[in-house]
Amino acid sequence: MTFPWLTALAVLPLLGACLIGLVKAWPGRLVGLVTALASLALGGWVAWLQVSDAAVDLSERVGWLDALGSAYALRLDGMGLAMVLLTVVLVPLVLIAEWRTGAEPGPARFSSGTFSALVLLVESCSLFVFLADDAILFYVFFEASLIPMYFLIGGFGSDPVKRSAAAVKFLLFGLAGGLLMLFALVGTGALSARDGQITMSLTELAARQLSGSALSQVVFVGFFLAFALKAPMVPGHTWLPQAAAQSTGGGAALMVGVLDKLGTFGMVRFCLVLFPQEAHWATPVIIGLAVLSILYGAFAALGQRDLLRLVAFTSISHFGFMVLGLFTLTTSSLTGSIFYMVNHGLSTGALFLLIGYLVDRRGSAQVSAFGGLAKVAPVLAGFTLVAGLGGLALPGTSSFVSEFMVMAGAWSRFPLVAALAALGTVFAALYILWTYQRLMTGPLNEAAAERFSSDLPWRQRLAVAPLLFAILALGFFPRPALDLITPTSQTIMTEAGATDLAPVVKGVK
Amino acid sequence: MTAAVLPLLEFTPPTIDYVRLLPFLIVMAAACLGVLVEAFVRRAWRHEVQVGLALVALVCALAVIVTGWGSDALGLADPIGPDQLVGSVMVDGPTQVFWLMLVLFALLSVCLMAERRVYAGRNAFAPMAAAIPGSRAEAEADQAGLEHAEVFPLTLFSLSGMMLFVAADDLLLMFVGLEILSLPLYVLAALARHRRLVSQEAALKYFLLGAAASAIFLFGAALLFAYAGSFDFDLIALRYDHGAAADRLLWAGLGLILVGLLFKISAVPFHSWAPDTYQGAPTPVTAFMAVCTKIAAVAALLRLLFVALGAARWTWQPIIAGLAVLTMLVGPLLGAVQHNVKRLLAYSSVAHAGFLLTGLAGALTLQSGLTEGQFGAVSAISFYLVAYGLATIACFAAVTLVQSGGREATELAAWSGLGRRHPWFGLVMLVSLLSLAGIPLTAGFVGKFAIFTTAWRGGYWWLALAGVLFSLVAAYVYVRLLVTLFFRPSDDQVELRLPGPATAVVLTLTVIGSLAFGLVPGPLADLLGQASVFLRSVHG
Repeated sequence: MTFPWLTALAVLPLLGACLIGLVKAWPGRLVGLVTALASLALGGWVAWLQVSDAAVDLSERVGWLDALGSAYALRLDGMGLAMVLLTVVLVPLVLIAEWRTGAEPGPARFSSGTFSALVLLVESCSLFVFLADDAILFYVFFEASLIPMYFLIGGFGSDPVKRSAAAVKFLLFGLAGGLLMLFALVGTGALSARDGQITMSLTELAARQLSGSALSQVVFVGFFLAFALKAPMVPGHTWLPQAAAQSTGGGAALMVGVLDKLGTFGMVRFCLVLFPQEAHWATPVIIGLAVLSILYGAFAALGQRDLLRLVAFTSISHFGFMVLGLFTLTTSSLTGSIFYMVNHGLSTGALFLLIGYLVDRRGSAQVSAFGGLAKVAPVLAGFTLVAGLGGLALPGTSSFVSEFMVMAGAWSRFPLVAALAALGTVFAALYILWTYQRLMTGPLNEAAAERFSSDLPWRQRLAVAPLLFAILALGFFPRPALDLITPTSQTIMTEAGATDLAPVVKGVK
Repeated sequence: MTAAVLPLLEFTPPTIDYVRLLPFLIVMAAACLGVLVEAFVRRAWRHEVQVGLALVALVCALAVIVTGWGSDALGLADPIGPDQLVGSVMVDGPTQVFWLMLVLFALLSVCLMAERRVYAGRNAFAPMAAAIPGSRAEAEADQAGLEHAEVFPLTLFSLSGMMLFVAADDLLLMFVGLEILSLPLYVLAALARHRRLVSQEAALKYFLLGAAASAIFLFGAALLFAYAGSFDFDLIALRYDHGAAADRLLWAGLGLILVGLLFKISAVPFHSWAPDTYQGAPTPVTAFMAVCTKIAAVAALLRLLFVALGAARWTWQPIIAGLAVLTMLVGPLLGAVQHNVKRLLAYSSVAHAGFLLTGLAGALTLQSGLTEGQFGAVSAISFYLVAYGLATIACFAAVTLVQSGGREATELAAWSGLGRRHPWFGLVMLVSLLSLAGIPLTAGFVGKFAIFTTAWRGGYWWLALAGVLFSLVAAYVYVRLLVTLFFRPSDDQVELRLPGPATAVVLTLTVIGSLAFGLVPGPLADLLGQASVFLRSVHG
């Protein structure tokens, strides 16, 4: 038996969190950061193991509950690895950025050690979900991730009253989604057992024919709604802006960058792979919702006065793109969409961290409280611009590659939808640049200038710089990422029984 | 075979297999011995002798069941002929499983009954049950330090009734079992040391309604006899197989018998006794009632419906499904507005009756497409009952510890902040309530998942949907209690008594069980799965 690297990877943050809880004598945030960095190293090692040798099989399987066909099973595919890498990269940066949260007198309810422990718990749950090869295991950690995130929102935001309301709303939406998923999971088990042997293994389920009965549609809808609440799609999105506005920058980066990806990730793992016929059946509605999310998110972002809410709405728009790419079901759009999950984590993560710095220093998240900051804090302004451009998918940033692939795929199947979605990119330019203009250029806001007499300190630069570097690096040279993801999306295409449309020259009929 | 048609005309002397019946006989004998102990042993020693006797008997019964598990001597492999045990008692796999569960949970309940430390040196029962509440005789008995030790033989009698009930392969014997299990419970419910009027009211309600339910059961049994010409489950099934399907006698009899059994399960609309009785009865007795009675009644219902009326499942499935929805709806909704912890737990017990019926409605057995080794109706329900039993006993054990002025403080308000003030108590309640709510990594989750999967596979997908939705309402009930325990400012009037060794053992074992069967459910599921096939005694 080989060493269980995947278990080690997912359990390490959990151990770190326990260590923070048990050993009070050590500085919690330091233990947290060391653990997060160790996870990063381990994640890198696992990625190297996986990529360097095509024959290596890291998957693990230990019997758990044979009576339900469930096992403790982990596996790693390209999509999973991409998400794992995003997670292990983002978490230490969040911890660095939020180094002082809870350490100094402020609105935080718990200590900085607790903050680190909660972040590590979120990391561990997310890693388990990304690695899970068993539906029940997936479900358990999908749900478990709600609890540390609940405390991250409810314990560390700026406004003690509003933040607990936001946290409760987050939890209720999460629980509602979890309940739907539980129902769908029961149905999946029952459907898998039609030939007698029940199974919960995702690999095994994909091989069974679950698709194609009336009940499959019920199950599919259950899964889709659960995941659409998580990766918030209009109209189930209302919790996100509220939760983001009441989080710290790092908390929001983690929530939107990693946790919400569990939703889109689940759509691939369950909706597309297990229920291709139903996915096809529901495509018009889902694509409609995706376009609605793209446009509504963009419009709403334009109208926001609160910076954190603004970024949250841009994310809703971006999640629309991801879902559009997934359900368009072409190799290019799938690859683009999965790549988008990573890029969105990078660019929105960076934006949330930067907005977090701004809000923290200014004591207000209102756009009107800032102005002309580029004159006093040029590095901050430059960082914000790059992160913002990553968000609006400017060519040269990684989001451009993914957004283009999604649009290209969508164009090949639904030209009109692609045209509508393209409007979203126009609005994206508008809300990012307009916001940048109001924050960083123009006449200096005197009240703000007092607080920004010095530029970003090195610690805060250190937290954001790797993200910006990744955005640009993957923008100019996306090939490693695409090579990683493409085999997965090809597998998904096969499992979903879809084929790419042959290029057709229009007008030559 | 003529014996099948007119069994009463021909008498074959039964060969009774005493080895198979040994666990039941041990419990019954110990109960009888307990009556003698009460008569002949000095008052000062009675409590200790009775506790010792009960514990030894239960441990012996347990040992016999465990050592005989799966062996050929227990006839798990071969069907038992009609000449053995008069065809009336069936010691098959499910009987073994339910006996094991009953004896184990009875053992835990007896531990709670034997507890004296939390009640300041005396047990939880009235010093002189025959004295009028508030009278001088009662005060004198109290001052003399009298104790009722009859609770132990009464509990053993009740347990032996339950063991007979789950093994009965014959309506008449089932009725006998029902009465043996019920009558001692009526007495036990009236024995609370404090709030005696409430306790007596509880017992009276339970008795009147229970007697009515028994009568209805008996009437149903008579109608089924009229239908099949026999009380024997197998003969009823044979009669159905031979084409007398749409007989009104059958449906009337089935309906009436269901009323009697669903009363014991406390399914809506036959649940109204549960809150009052649970509240008034001495808490250790409530624990015994809530867990063991439920196990026995569910097991008997399973056997009746699967063995005698298995072929008629298309008829009773919708009835059970409808009642399951009703029960899952009413139990949690009423539980959510209770201000008394014991009443809250009573409604929780009603809610769980609904979830259990959900698994029953699916009726997934080897005959209807189940593969061996997977959760079917019987094994899923057994697993659920284990999870429910562990968590429920733990909760009632916790109820005995929360006291104010020497009495149990069961008002919800009294429990404020206790979990925060006493972390070990908080942990016990957290694990147990999460298990009752069916949160992952506890035994309750596995049980719920198994039950819903079984229902869906049995064709009742909408029942699984209803079950998942009502789980949310039920979860609200438990979360409300948890919020009280952890987030409300605490009340200094209320003290948490330290558990004596017996209660401590119960709390430790139940919490470990709830967690262990949640984290590693495989072995228990396999064990229950091995022995989930009801055997049918073969007549001609």
